[in-house]
Amino acid sequence: MRFEPKIIAFCCNWCAYAAADLAGTSRMQYPSNVRIIRVMCTGMVHPEMILRSFAKGADGTMVLG
Amino acid sequence: MTLCEVTEVAGGVGDFRVTVMERPRYVDVDKCIACGECATICPKKVDDEYNAGTGKRKAVYVKYAQAVPLKYQIDEQACIRMKKPGRCGACAKACPAGAIRFDDTEKMHEIEVGSIILAPGFEGFDPSGTGVYGYGDYPNVITSMQLERYLSASGPTEGQLVRPSDGKPVRRMAFLQCIGSRDENVCGKSYCSSVCCMYAIKEAVIAGEHVPELQTSIFYMDMRTHGKGFDEYYQRAKNEAGIRFVRCRVNGVEPEGKRGDLRLHYVNEEGRQVEEFFDLVVLSIGLETPRHVLELAEKTDIRLTPHNFAAVSDFAPVSTSQAGIFACGAFAGPKDIPQSVMEGSAAAAAAADILSPARHEMTMEKTFPPERDILGEALRIGVFVCHCGSNIAGYVDVEEVADYAATLPGVVHVERNLFTCSQDTQELMVKVIQKQNLNRIVVAACTPRTHEPLFHETIKAAGLNEYLFEMANIRNQNSWVHAGDKKVATRKAQDLTRMAVAKVAWQNPLQNFAVPITHNALVIGGGLAGMAAARNLARQGFPVDLVERSGVLGGNAIHLHNTWSGEHIPHHLYGLISDVSNSKMITIHSETEVVEAQGYVGKFKTTIKGRNGVKQIIEHGVTIVATGGGRLMPDEYGYRKYRGVVSAIEFDKLWEINDKQVRASNAFVFIQCVGSREPERNYCSKVCCTHSVQSAIELKKEDPGRRVYILYRDMRTYGQRETLYKKAREMGVVCINYELHGKPKVDRSDNGFEVEVWDHVLHRPLLISADMIVLAAAIIPGSGAKKLARMYKLPMDKYGFFQEAHTKLRPVDFATDGIFLAGMAHYPKPVEESIAQALAASARAATLLSRDQVLLDAIKAEVDPDCCDGCALCIDVCPYHAISLVEETDDAGVLHKLVTINKAHCKGCGLCQGTCPKRGIAVAGFTFKQLESQLDAALAM
Repeated sequence: MRFEPKIIAFCCNWCAYAAADLAGTSRMQYPSNVRIIRVMCTGMVHPEMILRSFAKGADGTMVLG
Repeated sequence: MTLCEVTEVAGGVGDFRVTVMERPRYVDVDKCIACGECATICPKKVDDEYNAGTGKRKAVYVKYAQAVPLKYQIDEQACIRMKKPGRCGACAKACPAGAIRFDDTEKMHEIEVGSIILAPGFEGFDPSGTGVYGYGDYPNVITSMQLERYLSASGPTEGQLVRPSDGKPVRRMAFLQCIGSRDENVCGKSYCSSVCCMYAIKEAVIAGEHVPELQTSIFYMDMRTHGKGFDEYYQRAKNEAGIRFVRCRVNGVEPEGKRGDLRLHYVNEEGRQVEEFFDLVVLSIGLETPRHVLELAEKTDIRLTPHNFAAVSDFAPVSTSQAGIFACGAFAGPKDIPQSVMEGSAAAAAAADILSPARHEMTMEKTFPPERDILGEALRIGVFVCHCGSNIAGYVDVEEVADYAATLPGVVHVERNLFTCSQDTQELMVKVIQKQNLNRIVVAACTPRTHEPLFHETIKAAGLNEYLFEMANIRNQNSWVHAGDKKVATRKAQDLTRMAVAKVAWQNPLQNFAVPITHNALVIGGGLAGMAAARNLARQGFPVDLVERSGVLGGNAIHLHNTWSGEHIPHHLYGLISDVSNSKMITIHSETEVVEAQGYVGKFKTTIKGRNGVKQIIEHGVTIVATGGGRLMPDEYGYRKYRGVVSAIEFDKLWEINDKQVRASNAFVFIQCVGSREPERNYCSKVCCTHSVQSAIELKKEDPGRRVYILYRDMRTYGQRETLYKKAREMGVVCINYELHGKPKVDRSDNGFEVEVWDHVLHRPLLISADMIVLAAAIIPGSGAKKLARMYKLPMDKYGFFQEAHTKLRPVDFATDGIFLAGMAHYPKPVEESIAQALAASARAATLLSRDQVLLDAIKAEVDPDCCDGCALCIDVCPYHAISLVEETDDAGVLHKLVTINKAHCKGCGLCQGTCPKRGIAVAGFTFKQLESQLDAALAM
C-alpha cells in the first residue's frame, strides 16, 4: 500500500485559512491528506497542540499564518 | 412585493407617489407550502424561461428552486383552466393546503416615498430574430445563458454537457464573442457589453471541469478582461485550463452531416482560411435593456443614452436626469457583479443624501426570541449537509456524509439541503431546531468566512445562542479542490464533519459585546474618491476628518481633462473641492499623514502628523481608505531618453499648453500596456485604452491630416466607451494589435522615430515613422499604501492594491469591521467608477454611523481563574494591550495575582493562549478543549 501521510494544518482565519478558501474558489487541486484546523491567529496554537498532533499520529503538522 | 410593476410615478423628490400593480399569483402565499404537488399533476408543459428554453416547466411553477418567496404561481397564459373556465383544475384538487385561487385578481398599491432607486437589470440579447450563426436553425448553436443552464446541477441535463441535437457528450466547443455587442450590421448594437469576455472564460473553465477531455476555443475580437484579477484568470484559463483563444470574427457556422456537427470557417492569425468542426457553438450574448424597463424609464421620465441605458453623469454615476430618482447596476450601462454591487450601495448613499432628515422615522428594531438556557442539557447536535447545488454534491457523496454524521456522538438530527443558505432552508432550520430541541448546530457546507454570520442569525432566530455553531468546510477546502476523486472527497467530508461535531460539543453559549459608535468618519486621501465619500457623509449629517498628504485636494484627477463621455473634469473637480472646503461638517487636514492607528469599529483612534511635525489624535467611528494610485515611470521605448517619447499624462499637458513639438508633429504613435499586463504587473490599468483613443480623436479633430496610430494588445474600450473606438477608426486612426512576445520597437530616425510592429492583418512587420510616441503607462499602487496597510492591518493583493473583503459581494469593505475602501487604492479605475465606489463606501460607513452602538463578536480571550497564577507572560505578548495584571490580598493576607481582559481591545488572536504555560487563558470558541477535540477527531481516521 502506498504511504499516505496524515497532515494537520493550523490555519490563521485571516490569511492561510482564507488562502485555502481561495484555492477552492480558484479550483486548485491538491492531495487530500491535509486536515485544516481554523484558528483566529497562529499565535493561538500552543506548542502542546503541535506535540499532541504528532502523539496522536500525524506525520506532519503545519502552522500557517 | 413580487409580481409587481410600477404603473405610475407622481410627485417629486422627497414626496413621490408610486402606483404599483400586483399581478395575481393565483396561489395563496400564506397557504402554499411549496410541496410541488400542483406542478406534479399539472398536465400543461411550456418552455422554461429560467432554463433559457432548454427545458420545460409546468403551467403552475416556481421560477427556480431557490426563488424568494418559495411559493408556486400559475402562468395564466399557459393554464388550461384560465383559458377555458370549468376545465382541468387538477392543481386545486391536488393541493393539500387548499392554496389555489383561480379567482385571484390584480391589486393596486399606492406607496409614498422620498426617493426611488431603479435597479431593473438587463436581459440577454436574443439572437433568434437575426438568425445569427444559425441560432434557431441548428440545435447545437446555443446561447451562453443556455450553456450556463446546461452546466448547472439544477439545469435540464443536471450538469451533463451534451449536444441538444442528439445527447452526445460534447468534446469540442466554440465560443463566439460579441453576439449582440459591437455589431451594428446584424444585431444593431454598437456598445460593448463589458462582461461577456469574462463570463465566457468562466463558463469555458467550468465546462472543462465537468468534462476533462473537452477542447474549448474562444473566438474573440479583443479580450476585455479589465477588472481586478481578471487578466490573471484569463492567463490561467489559457495556460492551465488549456483553453484556446483565437482572435478573429468567425465567417460562418454551417451544419456538417446530419448528426449535428457544426463547421466553422474563419481566417486564422496566420491569415489562412481554416475550417474546424465543433459539437457545440456557444454565442456569448450581450446585455440589453428589456422593453418593460424602457417603459419604466418613460413612466419615471428619465433620460436614456442612445444605447438605451439610463443617462447618468460621470460625477454622479447613480443619479438619473430626474432629481430623487437613482439608477444602479446594468440599467446604468452594462457592467459586472462587483460594479453593480458598488452602484447598489452608491445609490443607497445618494438616496440617503436626500432622506437623511427623515432617518429612523419609520425603523423598527429586529427582535429575536429569548435565548434558551441549555445549561445541563445533554448534547443534541443537529448536522445540516449542504449540496450547494452540484458544487458539493457533484464531487462528494453527500448521502454517505449525512449517514456518517448520524453515527457521531451527540448527533440527534441530520439532514441534507440543496442550498442550506437559501431563505426557505433557513426557515426550515429554525423550525427543526425548535422542534428537535437541538442545542448545537453543525453546517457542513462552504466556508465560515462567508456564511457563519448568516447561520448565526438563523440559530438566534431559533432561540439558541448563536455561538453554539460550527461549520465543516466541505466545499472550498474539499469538493472544489479534490474534484477528481469522489471517494477521497467523501471521506474527507466525513472527517471534516466529525471534527466540527467534536469541536462544537465543547462550545458554550457566548455573549456579544456592545461598543458605542463615535459618530464621525476619517477619510484618508483627498482625491476624487476621498472627497466624494466625505461630501456624501457630510450631507448625510456626519462630521468628517479628511486627511490629505499633499498640499492640495484633487489627487490624480488634477491631471485629467475629460471623462470618457466628454464631461469636463476640472469643472466638476473644482465644484467638489469647493463643496468639501466649504462644508462645515468636513475638517480638512492637508500636508498631513497618518502615523499611528489604534482602536476598532466605532472607536478608532488615529494619530495624524502635519508637515510641521505637529501631531493630533482623531477619534472616529469609521475609516475610509481612498489613498489613490500612482503612475509608473516606464523604462522602455526610449522614455526619458528621447525627447518626444512621453507618457499619456505628460502628452495631455504638452497638448494643453500648445507645446511646440506637439504642434509641429504630424505622426503620433500611442503604445498601450506599457508596464500593464506584463509578468510583474499582470493586471490591466483599465483607463488607458479609452484615454489614448480620446487623445487620438482630439488630434484628428484638430488636424485630420495627422497620422495617428494606436498600438494595442486588446482594445479595452468597454461598455458604452466602444462608441469612442468606433469614432476614432472612422476618423482614420489606425489601430494595430501587437502581442506581448512581439512588442513594438522604437528607434530614433533622422527626423523623429521609427516604430516597428508586426501587423497581424498584413502578416509582415510595419515601419511607422513618427514624430511623437505616447506611452500608456501603467497605474500602480499609491506610494503610502503599504505603510497604511501595516498601521490598520489591512490586506493587499500581490501588486500592492488593497484587498477588499469579497471581490464580488463586498467590494468596498475590508475584512476588518469599520474600514472601507474606495477609488484607485483598490484597483485602477476611471472617474465614474471611483465616485461610485466612494459613494458605496460612504453608504457602508453610514450604516454604522447612523447607529448608537455596534455589537462586537464574543470571540475574545477569557481567563480561567482556577489556572491563572498571574505570571503575566501573556501581558507582554498581547499586541493590543488588552491584558492587565490584578493583584489582591485576601483576608488571610495571601497575595492573589490574576490577569484580566479588556474586551473592547481584545481581537481574539489568542497569542496569550499560545503563550500561557498553565492553560489559564483561552479564546472563547477556540479553547484548548475544543482545539484538542478537533485535532483528535482529525487524526482518528
